[in-house]
Amino acid sequence: MQPEWIMGLIGGLLIGLAGAVFLLGNGRIMGASGIIGGLVDGSGHSDKWDRLIFLAGVFAAPMALMGFVGTPETNATDNIAVLIAAGLLVGVGTRIANGCTSGHGVCGISRLSFRGIIATVFYILAGGLTMVFFRHLLGVI
Amino acid sequence: MRLLIALLSGALFGSGLYISGMTDTNKVQGWLDVFGQWDPTLAFVMGGAIIPMAIAWQLTRVAKRPVSGGSFPPAPMPELDRRLIVGSVLFGMGWGLAGLCPGPSVASLSFGGVPGLVFLAAMLAGMGFAPMVKARLDRAVPAE
Repeated sequence: MQPEWIMGLIGGLLIGLAGAVFLLGNGRIMGASGIIGGLVDGSGHSDKWDRLIFLAGVFAAPMALMGFVGTPETNATDNIAVLIAAGLLVGVGTRIANGCTSGHGVCGISRLSFRGIIATVFYILAGGLTMVFFRHLLGVI
Repeated sequence: MRLLIALLSGALFGSGLYISGMTDTNKVQGWLDVFGQWDPTLAFVMGGAIIPMAIAWQLTRVAKRPVSGGSFPPAPMPELDRRLIVGSVLFGMGWGLAGLCPGPSVASLSFGGVPGLVFLAAMLAGMGFAPMVKARLDRAVPAE
C-alpha cells in the first residue's frame, strides 16, 4: 500500500514536470487528447512533428524503464465490446470537451481554470457512476 | 529545439504515467470505484502533477516567451458550455469502462497487448467522429 502511493506521487511529479517543460519550452498545454486528436482530424497539421515526437517519447519511455520499476501489466479487460465502447467514448468525449485527464485535469486545475475544474468533476462523477452501474449492478466490468 | 523539448516532455510524461501506475487499469478503476476496494493512488498522482504545473503557470508570468519562441497560451475561457459537460460525461463513462484515458493508452502500448490496441483503435476512431458529433450537438435545441 505505502510504496504505491509514493510511486504515485513520484510519477505524478514527473507528469507535472512534463507539462511544465512543454509549457515553458514550447508554449503549449500538454493535453494528450488534444495532441493525438489534432493528428486524427488534421487540426494539428502545422505542428504535426511536435505531436508525433511527443507521442514517441510517451510510447518509448515506459519500455526503457521496464525491468527497473513497476509491472508492465495493464490488467485491461479482454472483453472486446467493452474496449471498443470505452475507446469510442473516450475518443469522442475528450475531443468534444477539448481535454482529458492531462489537459483539463493536470494543466487546467493547476491554473485554476474553471472549465478544467468543472470538466474534471464531471468526468470523475461519470466514471464513478459507470463503476456503480457496470460493475456493481450489471457485473460487466 | 521544439522537437527536442517535445521529446523530453513526452518521455517525462510516459515515465510518470508508468511509474505512478496509471497504465494499470486496476488502479484507475479502483480509484473510481468508491463502493469497492477503493484505491487512493490516483489522488496522489494528480496532486503530485499539479505542483510543478502550478509553478510553471506562475513562471509564465515572469518569462516573456517560451524557450523555443512563440507565445504562452491565452487565459482560460471563463464560461461553461454544453460541449464541455457532454464531452466530459462521455469521456468519464469510457474512462470508467476500461480504466484507460488517452495518455496511458499510448504509454502502455508496448506491453498492453491486444486489449490496448483495440482500445487505441476505437479511441482514434472516436476522435475521427468527434467533429461530426460536435456539429450535431451544436445544432440540438437547448433543453430550456
